[in-house]
Amino acid sequence: MNTDETAKALGLLPEELQKIRDTLGREPNFTELSAYSAMWSEHCSYKNSIVWLKTLPKDGERMLAKAGEENAGLVDLGDGLGCVFKIESHNHPSAIEPYQGAATGVGGINRDIFTMGARPVAQLNSLRFGDLSQERNRQLLRGVVRGIGDYGNAFGVPVVGGEVYFDECYNINPLVNAMSVGLVARDKTMSASAHGADNPVYIVGSRTGKDGIHGASFASKDLTEDSADDLPSVQVGDPFQEKLLLEASLEAIATGALIGMQDMGAAGIICSTSEMSAKGGAGMEIHLDLVPTRQEGMHAWEILLSESQERMLLVCERGHEKEIEAVFDRWDLQCVNIGTVTDTQLLRFHMHGELVAELPAESLVLGGGAPVYHREYAEPAYREAIRNFDPQTIPVPRDLQAVMDHLAGHPNLCSKRWVYEQYDHMVGTTHMTAVQQAAAAVVDVRGTEKALVLSVDCNPRYTYADPYTGAAIAVAEAARNVVCAGGDPVAITNCLNFGNPYNPGVYWQFVEAIRGMGDACRAFNTPVTGGNVSFYNQSSFEGPVFPTPVIGMLGVMDDKRQFTTLAFRQAGDFIYLIGRSSGDISGSQYLYSFHGRKDSGAPPFSLADECALHAVLREMRGRVCLESLQDVSDGGLFTALLECALPGRLGFEVVADLDVRRDAYWFGEAQGRVILSIDPLEEELLLKYLQRSALPWCKLGVVTTCEIRIDGQNHQSVAHYAGLYENSLGDAMWQDD
Amino acid sequence: MKIGVVVFPGSNCDEDTLFALEQLTGKRPGIIWHKDTELGSVDLVVLPGGFSYGDYLRSGAIARFSPVMGAVVRHVERGGLLLGICNGFQVLTEARLVPGVLRHNTNRRFVCRPVHIKPATTHTLLTRQLDPDRPLQIPIAHGEGNYYIDEDGYRMILDGDQILFRYCGPNGELADEWNPNGSMGHIAGVCNKERTVFGMMPHPERASDALLGMTDGAQILSSLLGLSSVEM
Repeated sequence: MNTDETAKALGLLPEELQKIRDTLGREPNFTELSAYSAMWSEHCSYKNSIVWLKTLPKDGERMLAKAGEENAGLVDLGDGLGCVFKIESHNHPSAIEPYQGAATGVGGINRDIFTMGARPVAQLNSLRFGDLSQERNRQLLRGVVRGIGDYGNAFGVPVVGGEVYFDECYNINPLVNAMSVGLVARDKTMSASAHGADNPVYIVGSRTGKDGIHGASFASKDLTEDSADDLPSVQVGDPFQEKLLLEASLEAIATGALIGMQDMGAAGIICSTSEMSAKGGAGMEIHLDLVPTRQEGMHAWEILLSESQERMLLVCERGHEKEIEAVFDRWDLQCVNIGTVTDTQLLRFHMHGELVAELPAESLVLGGGAPVYHREYAEPAYREAIRNFDPQTIPVPRDLQAVMDHLAGHPNLCSKRWVYEQYDHMVGTTHMTAVQQAAAAVVDVRGTEKALVLSVDCNPRYTYADPYTGAAIAVAEAARNVVCAGGDPVAITNCLNFGNPYNPGVYWQFVEAIRGMGDACRAFNTPVTGGNVSFYNQSSFEGPVFPTPVIGMLGVMDDKRQFTTLAFRQAGDFIYLIGRSSGDISGSQYLYSFHGRKDSGAPPFSLADECALHAVLREMRGRVCLESLQDVSDGGLFTALLECALPGRLGFEVVADLDVRRDAYWFGEAQGRVILSIDPLEEELLLKYLQRSALPWCKLGVVTTCEIRIDGQNHQSVAHYAGLYENSLGDAMWQDD
Repeated sequence: MKIGVVVFPGSNCDEDTLFALEQLTGKRPGIIWHKDTELGSVDLVVLPGGFSYGDYLRSGAIARFSPVMGAVVRHVERGGLLLGICNGFQVLTEARLVPGVLRHNTNRRFVCRPVHIKPATTHTLLTRQLDPDRPLQIPIAHGEGNYYIDEDGYRMILDGDQILFRYCGPNGELADEWNPNGSMGHIAGVCNKERTVFGMMPHPERASDALLGMTDGAQILSSLLGLSSVEM
């Protein structure tokens, strides 16, 4: 094969090969082409997304490391503490090998956190699968959940929240997004930077094998029927090594002798050496034959590109080698000096005394020489039908009981107990919402008055119908959850799961979603600290997945006494609704699955109303004693009421306050609403605050001992829904056991 | 009472256990590294939860051979107290310091959730302060917590009054539906014949902080430490 053919086989475009020739001023060899192919893949270079990502807000007074500066965003918590958090996808590996794909996704995101010196304290995930009635999708769910569980449980960081969502658009290509959140003393953070000529470069942790070679490239193309042939592109995880690596890395940072550290994820050694060197304005001389390998006879390009897990690259100050080596020795981990930092800005890789690749570090990386593309986009044709959707064609069911049963047991709305019980969600003894449910996950920050408040959200029905509004709603819902639990929204990370960016319709979805997300983030003053773009979630035989821009939000509760749970506490308490209800059923789970109509728009949403809602809730905080507070989202008002009633096995008696179609009132998903319950003695005080707000509100009813009455009609007791809500997912999964 | 908590590579409840004990006693226990061959002077050794040495073989099977275990055995032979929680309990059964074995949960899945247990005896340091009729709410988190012992052994631990806890319902009911892992006799914890070594699958250190909504575990730890009942 000549160079042009090789470049093409490695996924490089002709213009990219020309750029490489121009950069090097000569023909690249195979090893060098492989390096560019990995680093300029979509996964590493963001070449088709960076233009739009740069339009997102990234500044904020609490930001210590902004988007793109380090491996993850770093936010100031006060009290001398910082919080590092990020979400990342592992979709393609999980489609081919769900167990290892999901497990290594968890491993990778946690390394991003502790490579910055932070100890991970909480994990969340957002999972999307195809139709649950198909056995393959159940197998994928089972494998992914087991993979996340086995890795995270052994690693010892609790899963505190997440989403599991089913839709046939994910039949071929499930989405597996994992988020990790860590805490670090502000003066103990570590940078992914290399500088200081002659400082030694170490590789630590696991040996390097042939797993995961070209994984970054694999993630950067469509899944096809032949994708199983790419199985070697999937890595294998070892949570025990990761746990040791965590402890040893934090100890190594504590010595003060480290200059920089970066984990090895996508594109392995070539990625960490080039990114660390480019960041520090340095170069490196690396001897690949010194890298400990799992097998004999690995080629230079294989060692360079291997995505073997649980490895770190670190640079320490010359003269402190013994200190660093002693730390890794104590934890029985490999720690091998494989080269030195130089001031040449060149990466020079040697193998058995021979120079096998020589590349300018800057030329490989995002923000440096990596290509940047503007893609064409155009509104896809399906939007026409959505604009013409007429709700009048949908009859109001005579019997709402059937809808209530449908929603209570629907896999998208029912309890995800079958999933989260397989995750250790209590290790660390700081997870405050493990048994005290709230609208968002809450994690104690020990030694302070503070707690972290976390939520991951995206409703792909909304983002498909209207990517701009849907993405804005995803941010708004995350913020609403954080505020309901007692926190203030601080910043977000995002995981942008889309189809093939070369499809103009898909790219239009991407652009619109970015616009919506940016506008919402500006409204809530929550900068985007980073995240991940996953394109090509488009099976070549069934079309793209719904656009799924997942938002992971970090909030802070300054005083743990502000913690507010969602469960009704006592029969006789009053139930209030705050926010604008509507007669619109667009975008609802009810319309989508009960009526089977998939062509409606996003539900009613106003950023201004949403901000007003958060303002009144924050104003009442600490002044009005709320017994419970829950946001209204997927499944509408009825589902939200049920979620409040079930934990304490209480009921509710409620009456609609608007003269609109009854299905829209109880099952419609108009945004910007919450329900709360209060002791009747507290009502007068509550009203003072509500009357000051410009938002609509109403007294919806009362908490009952067990019966559920809606608009004067009996609708069973709470026990009836408990069975549907708590067992539906487990029953669906147990049919294969 | 001087306490030491062993840290194996892969232990991940060590810090939680240290924190809970410190909250109760006002003093941070010592840390015993798995490569240590002497314990120093301690009255109580705790083997915490986690995945010692990765637990890629049977849980606890490797930890049993770790350098520190020789010293732990000598500590027990001298009459010292030893508590194993979750993975610690698995290590105790592998080391034959308590009777029985822990098999895979009958549903073959890892299970993390709060369950109820009740003391089967109050004639041990660990349970002496507990009300045998009041179920305690304590979380479990394990894939291999299905306690098994052969018939002779079962009779022996019954006769020896060595069963510490049984899984039960919120009102103390003993029934399969409240047994989270298939354990024989709903057993959640046992002790040795000498009543100095205690193993239990539920995590008392995870139910020792009112902030998390569960405090029954603190009662168990207080009983062992000889502290008067704690008000949380």
